Amino acid sequence: MAELKLPVSEESIRNLEVGDFVELTGRMITGRDAAHTWLIEDYREEVAPYLEGTVIYHCGPVVAERDDGSYDFVAAGPTTSIREEPYQADVIGRYGLRGVIGKGGMGPKTLKGLAEHGAVYLHAVGGAAQVLARAIPRVEKVFMLSEFGVPEALWVIEVERFPVMVTMDSHGRSLHDEVEERSQAKLRELLGFAV
Amino acid sequence: MGATESYTETFVELIRRASTELPPDVLEALEEGRKVEQADGLATIALDTILNNVELARESSAPICQDTGTPVVWIHHPTGVSTRGLQKDFTAAVREATSRKYLRPNAVDTLTGSNTGDGAGRGIPFLHFEEWDEPRLEVRMILKGGGSENVGAQYKLPDAKLGAGRNLEGVRRVVLDAVVEAQGKGCAPGVLGVCVGGDRVSAFEESKRQLLRPLKDTNPTPELAELEARLFKEGNELGVGPMGFGGETTLLGVKVGVLDRLPACYFVTISYMCWASRKAAVSIDQEGGVTWLS
Repeated sequence: MAELKLPVSEESIRNLEVGDFVELTGRMITGRDAAHTWLIEDYREEVAPYLEGTVIYHCGPVVAERDDGSYDFVAAGPTTSIREEPYQADVIGRYGLRGVIGKGGMGPKTLKGLAEHGAVYLHAVGGAAQVLARAIPRVEKVFMLSEFGVPEALWVIEVERFPVMVTMDSHGRSLHDEVEERSQAKLRELLGFAV
Repeated sequence: MGATESYTETFVELIRRASTELPPDVLEALEEGRKVEQADGLATIALDTILNNVELARESSAPICQDTGTPVVWIHHPTGVSTRGLQKDFTAAVREATSRKYLRPNAVDTLTGSNTGDGAGRGIPFLHFEEWDEPRLEVRMILKGGGSENVGAQYKLPDAKLGAGRNLEGVRRVVLDAVVEAQGKGCAPGVLGVCVGGDRVSAFEESKRQLLRPLKDTNPTPELAELEARLFKEGNELGVGPMGFGGETTLLGVKVGVLDRLPACYFVTISYMCWASRKAAVSIDQEGGVTWLS
């Protein structure tokens, strides 16, 4: 298991391979459906510094507001990433992201983008909202909260030993493609089709 | 069960239990899965994380998953109970549970894209009412997350591509296809609720109702019991594994129900429930006494 500090260099990212288990420490940002279309519609200067060199987390958290007006992540697991497939590679390229955290993996356009820009897809355990919320000790800032609502806002967060698995690397390999191919072959066998 | 009495507080507790305490049958199935996975692989890490997460959620009374889903509720009630009143109380309970952070504000206005902010919305929560002869209320609920909802499927038999005819062998073929299509995207290992027959409305409801069943029960219809066992075995052989990382544990259970159909239609409807198969049930007697059901 490797520990990775955020922001991270392209070189460190290129060293990661499918199957690696990594713990992240540093600053990252959340963003899901509304955020991705918004980031593509226009160059969002105010958010750009929070994206460069770090990773975007596909997450719609449960958030509590403390008495002093600060925020606390109560539950914060990953959401399904494939919905961002049309936008992800462009968001990575335009804002200099080094990675994406989500669940379920992404498609060929993103895989190509990862190789081109030097980024990785990191899989968090879906549904593990408590384990992951505990790895987020601090919420620094939030963008677009009133416009998008709690789940869809862009939350700038500090993470500490946030556990993820590399399932798509910057060398063109995708664990998701490999597992899908094997399960398709097994299905053909079970259905009695020519393998 | 007076007309003025409110069930809201009991329903809030029902929601809290569902959102924060994974039922024992589901936990047991996850632990069994953990035993068969190879040590040190990603599948093992995923299952260990899941089991740890379940424990943390229970201890801190916090949501197991941040996607607290749609509350889908089945209420059996005696004659004379106002279903409008129950609807009102349950909706109030969803709002209260959302403000207490047992639920995420999870209702989005489809036209404007804005979040209603309090968890309630048009069609949310979704309640089914059924009158019965018993003098008590029985309320059963699942919290159905969006990621797994997106991998649900409805097939129309015959399906030439899958060689699936209008019989249980055809059902088997399309259900296995659905598991492969879902991969890890519905947060495997999952539970399949399947409805054979029905129409495009009734079938999805029945497929969800199947998710209420204990994972270790046996279907009273022998040919369905056999189908469930076979689908469970073969579904796991597909090797999708926890989170789609590859592995032995792809399914925690398969439950199949049947509805009659129109001569022209033969639907097979699959609701995929993520590993966080959140369900809770309560019985409320005439005096308002509350019994929590498993």
